[in-house]
Amino acid sequence: MLTRRDFLQVAAAAAVLTGGPGLARAAARQTITQDALLEFKPVGQVTLLNFTDIHAQLMPLYFREPSVNLGVGAAKGVVPHLTGKDFLKAYGLKAGSPEAYALSSEDFSGLAKSYGRIGGLDRMATLVKAIRAQRPGNTLLVDCGDTWQGSYTSLKSRGEDMVDAMNALGVDVMVPHWEFTYGEARVKELIAKLKFPFLAQNVKDTEWEEDVFPHTAFFDKGGVKVAVIGQAFPYTPVANPRYMIPKWSFGVRDEEMQKRIDAARAQGADLVVVASHNGFDVDRKMASRVKGIDVLLTGHTHDAIPGVVKVGDTLLVASGSHGKFLARLDVEVKDKRVVNHAFRLMPVFSDAVTPDADMAGLIAKIRAPHQDVLGKVLARTDGLLYRRGNFNGSFDDLICQALLAERDAEIALSPGFRWGSSLPPGADITMEDVYNQTAITYPNAYRSEMTGQLLKDILEDVADNLFNPDPYYQQGGDMVRVGGLSYRIDINKPIGSRISDMTLLRSGKKLDAAKTYTVTGWASVNEGTEGPPVWEAVASWLTKKKVVNFGDNKTVKVVGA
Amino acid sequence: MRTVKTGVTRRSVLAGIGAGAAATLVAPKMALADKAATDEAIAKLAGGAKVQEGKVKIQLPQIAENGNTVPFTVSVDSPMTEASHVKAIHVMAEGNPSPQVASFTFTPTGKATVSMRLRLGKTQDVRAIALMSDGSVWEAKQEVKVTIGGCGG
Repeated sequence: MLTRRDFLQVAAAAAVLTGGPGLARAAARQTITQDALLEFKPVGQVTLLNFTDIHAQLMPLYFREPSVNLGVGAAKGVVPHLTGKDFLKAYGLKAGSPEAYALSSEDFSGLAKSYGRIGGLDRMATLVKAIRAQRPGNTLLVDCGDTWQGSYTSLKSRGEDMVDAMNALGVDVMVPHWEFTYGEARVKELIAKLKFPFLAQNVKDTEWEEDVFPHTAFFDKGGVKVAVIGQAFPYTPVANPRYMIPKWSFGVRDEEMQKRIDAARAQGADLVVVASHNGFDVDRKMASRVKGIDVLLTGHTHDAIPGVVKVGDTLLVASGSHGKFLARLDVEVKDKRVVNHAFRLMPVFSDAVTPDADMAGLIAKIRAPHQDVLGKVLARTDGLLYRRGNFNGSFDDLICQALLAERDAEIALSPGFRWGSSLPPGADITMEDVYNQTAITYPNAYRSEMTGQLLKDILEDVADNLFNPDPYYQQGGDMVRVGGLSYRIDINKPIGSRISDMTLLRSGKKLDAAKTYTVTGWASVNEGTEGPPVWEAVASWLTKKKVVNFGDNKTVKVVGA
Repeated sequence: MRTVKTGVTRRSVLAGIGAGAAATLVAPKMALADKAATDEAIAKLAGGAKVQEGKVKIQLPQIAENGNTVPFTVSVDSPMTEASHVKAIHVMAEGNPSPQVASFTFTPTGKATVSMRLRLGKTQDVRAIALMSDGSVWEAKQEVKVTIGGCGG
């Protein structure tokens, strides 16, 4: 388990020394050091380093973990579906401690003042270099994907800034999801630029069902033959526009995964690592059905879990998102089995880690041509702005209100993406912050008419992607966000009966299934969607508002949690 | 495998059907089938035999990428000898205009495997029924979700 040793002692000592919570926080921050973050007693022959879902975030940022992250079926009440105080209790973390700040939503706004920003690829580079220096020849750096998308600079360079940054970081292997939203031709161009393999065992061409990408890469680390098998997000053509990758077919394909593992073993693999963008619950199920995975590095659902989760003989690692964490798993391999391991999920506290000069230089070069846009202040927020969580976050409420006003609609729909950084109370909202919520290649903010029935069907459909008790039917996003509309959801009901009491806030009346409503939204997966890019609408609205203040959303009533 | 008869429809029965295959498409009935109608159709095909789970294996996506063309493979565990073989496989889709999507008849040779593509208009269970030479009847089923899509993570 993470850092109990280092951080709990630090936090406790600080509290005694200063006697006041504010000062204790400040004191605690001073004592988080780079050396303490890196402290680790090496085990065995192989050091696996892993991050995932960086979403093109090169700079330090704020990111609040979810306060609501509900599990259904077998996943109810177990990690990663523990939040807030329950999460802290499960991992023995002290409220107000650095790792409570990094890993939970508890007192986020207060703690953000003390512990500051987190992440930054130049800090990540420092940690990676230090560990490689300690374990030369033993270290393998795995990126579980969603790397090329999520920022202004990645959108403008169509993913190239992240390819350059990941080449510089020395990533050994990656798997994809949002990468595909640059379209087939661009993905191929960027793969040609990569200095490491891009793996996806579960992508086939639609015509002949043949592999599109390599599925396995072999590495020799510390005398151990390591096979890394890659798994792309299985529902990319469903959750994202299929027209961008019309020739590629996905799916979980766990029987295929079993064949890859067996083949890797037959080729002499001592250690089988799966780098996956399935999402945690899907990976937990896959690990129970597929035999022979020693380590499963999971991505997609953005869960930060400060301990290894064991399923049978498989060790699952979930290393969070947005560059907040670097996970380190050391394994000792004997007779093709993991006999010992040690794990730590390192929070990348931006103020505690010295930026790596080379990476800082590259990031500065990437950002220099765009400073006018990135730094443009649009408004200020008095309240905390965040997205992550199963239902509307305050940043989504902001986007929905902006769309309702700018597109003159009764109802707004905004996608339940899990990416998008947070802003603490009092922060300026810059154009870069708006892009951090919206930087996609299909951004048009549509205005159209929908019946009450269609709106109900959409909400039911998305709710089932999130709350279907069989993880293989889950897509790993959060619930679609709504503006101008309230509803009740019973997460334990089957599709078609989870959503009720849909009410138009403007009139206070229940939605009529047969009546037509004016609806605005963005991120439609349909080709040819018309409207201005969502960031334009949001920026225009913010410029007029000057100051915003959104509290927690009150319009979604959740039952059965 | 010698002959193929497709029961109903607007379905595209495409790839993977072996040599000697012949497909017959029938105009769709307009009313949608449901579970009860499908159960009834299966009972009729089984001719009074008990429908058991097992022997039949189907491969389908959990969530369809394109409901108009859903890849589907069904195979039946059988030695395919004169003494013991699969006589027929029937493919049923509960949410289609008529539940019986396709029927395949077999002679005792080769493997009892069929690949095709289904058109599924909405989320539904797809069921495959195998009639064996010993008179037993076996079934496998799986739900395929056809989503509106667009909010993944």
